[in-house]
Amino acid sequence: MTMLVLLEHDCGEITEAAREALTAARILGDSLGESIDAVAIGAGADDVVDEAGRFGADTVHVVSHDLLTDYGPDAWAEALAQLADDADADVVMSVGTDRGNEVMAQMAARIDAPFVANCTEIDTDDDPWSVTRVQWGGSLLEDVTLTADRKLVTYAHHAVAAEPADAAGDATVETFEPDLDESVTVTMIADRDVLSQGITLSTSPVVVSGGRGVGSADAFAPLEELAELLGGVVGCSRAVTNNGWRPHSDQVGQTGTRIAPEIYIATGISGAIQHWVGAMASKRILAINTDPEANMVSKADYAVIADLHKVVPAISAEIRRRRGA
Amino acid sequence: MSELRVLCCVKRVPAPGARINVTDDGQAVETAHLGFTTSPHEECAVEEAVQLVETNGGAVTVLTLGPPEAEEQLRYAASVGATDLVLVPIEDGLAAWDPQRTASALADAIQAIEADGGPFDLIMFGNESADSGGFQVGVRVARALGRPIVNGIKGTELDGDQIVARRAIDGGFEVYRLPRPAVLGVKEGINLPRYPTMKGRLASKKADMQVRDIAAGAGGQAMVQLKRPAETVKETRILGTDETAAAAIVDLLEEIGVLGGTQ
Ligand SMILES: Cc1cc2nc3c(=O)[nH]c(=O)nc-3n(C[C@H](O)[C@H](O)[C@H](O)COP(=O)(O)OP(=O)(O)OC[C@H]3O[C@@H](n4cnc5c(N)ncnc54)[C@H](O)[C@@H]3O)c2cc1C
Ligand SMILES: Nc1ncnc2c1ncn2[C@@H]1O[C@H](COP(=O)(O)O)[C@@H](O)[C@H]1O
Repeated sequence: MTMLVLLEHDCGEITEAAREALTAARILGDSLGESIDAVAIGAGADDVVDEAGRFGADTVHVVSHDLLTDYGPDAWAEALAQLADDADADVVMSVGTDRGNEVMAQMAARIDAPFVANCTEIDTDDDPWSVTRVQWGGSLLEDVTLTADRKLVTYAHHAVAAEPADAAGDATVETFEPDLDESVTVTMIADRDVLSQGITLSTSPVVVSGGRGVGSADAFAPLEELAELLGGVVGCSRAVTNNGWRPHSDQVGQTGTRIAPEIYIATGISGAIQHWVGAMASKRILAINTDPEANMVSKADYAVIADLHKVVPAISAEIRRRRGA
Repeated sequence: MSELRVLCCVKRVPAPGARINVTDDGQAVETAHLGFTTSPHEECAVEEAVQLVETNGGAVTVLTLGPPEAEEQLRYAASVGATDLVLVPIEDGLAAWDPQRTASALADAIQAIEADGGPFDLIMFGNESADSGGFQVGVRVARALGRPIVNGIKGTELDGDQIVARRAIDGGFEVYRLPRPAVLGVKEGINLPRYPTMKGRLASKKADMQVRDIAAGAGGQAMVQLKRPAETVKETRILGTDETAAAAIVDLLEEIGVLGGTQ
């Protein structure tokens, strides 16, 4: 029996999600008494072997083929499915990123097996397994049973913090060449457009967000000014993007971006559950709201119960004053 | 180019506010005081379909598998431009419809609709459903129909017989070129959905809704119960009730070391 762990990488650049996958796989491997067979697919796969070893992979299956030039859901899933057959895998797992879930869904569809996405806990004592998974983007949990000969799962992204293995050694490399034809290239990346480098909403240490309470697109100017003074970026709620005041790329939440800044300053945002799940990983939250009962206020570490239109400019003014400008 | 036939799949879900409560038996979200909606991703899929058809000619069909009340979500789609509505009614709750079962019924329904009305050029799903979020129904349906699918799509464009689809990644886009017929999993942000007009609302009441009975067997993932994640209750420190709180706020920013900023 073999447990395969799909490693996400972008042309040889290993991702944090791949490190998480290996960390989670060590827990699963321990409870199953199975070693860790990592899988790296396509161009650049060789480059992830050392890092995979450091995070506990016993073996890395380097999957290559002339057609595996870049990422494509069909190409990756077809290759993974063939390797799973070859290795007689009883478990195939990864982490629930866009790619992780997409490849696993593709593989599940190929073999008509269940696929449980975004798990937080997996109990393998009995067969079927008992699994806890995420619903509503993290606002709710669901316990399910998983019945399958070949079990396909992803761990929710960030459910397990990536940590190098204690007794890490060099991973054994095994090469695998799947049998592929041109049909798998239909869904392969054809091109890339790079827009911005530098800090983005998901990586910024400070996010200054506005909700419906801001009132208009123009009224975001003071929030932009404060964000800039703090070297941060502006975020917003869905009420704001729906009104066309800000682009969707600024939206924090279940169907927007998940953030984890040092401080989240949420102004004029009520704190609906779908907004909260995107903000809850923030180290600290400061809510500025006229309503002391707002959910955002009761869940925040700090709050100011006042009109954001007065408080936000006052913060910028105070920062400037202290900087002596 | 002939007229486009586009299909969108939407799922009826409750619209909770500040918290999600679970029924005592743990089998469902407590919906006694809630309205219902679809995922914003699916709302955007419908808008994208309507825009494609406005530019290129054609018609938009919307399909849902759900309780009879899911007619409400179909009529909403009609109020913003969909013309053909299809309901696959279920008697048990949606919780009994695991992703494999749902996908198998939807694929059968799509084949039946296509047998009557002709093939779809494009089928659109949400990237994931708002509630159960299985991240797979679209992929399974596409596979069953033998059509290509990519997920996470935040831009589409027709280029001759191809569909150019853009997937957002941090700081940019991946571009995919799919032959038609194709399937896409769409994310919110691809467009800004319109609100229904009065005229749209009136038209939606009259739109024709087909009901198709489809059976499908359970898959290998079975729900046992829903539960709320553990909550850490925090004390909120009130820093003030007017703009004089600015001093305390800047003290806090200084203390946590984010005042460095652009000097
Ligand atoms: C499936 C699904 C997914 C969703 N995904 C997201 C998502 O990703 N992100 C998201 O944000 N939402 C999402 N939503 C929408 C969410 O449910 C809420 O509707 C939305 O977050 C509300 O935005 P808001 O807090 O800005 O507006 P409101 O709820 O209207 O709150 C406005 C707040 O501003 C305060 N206020 C008003 N004036 C002032 C003032 N002058 N000064 C200070 N405070 C003031 C009010 O007291 C109130 O608390 C989703 C919904 C669904 C159903
Ligand atoms: N019951 C349903 N009826 C119609 N479409 C559905 C249903 N369930 C899921 N879908 C579609 O499949 C997508 C992915 O769902 P999921 O795999 O549950 O995350 C959703 O965004 C919908 O477009």
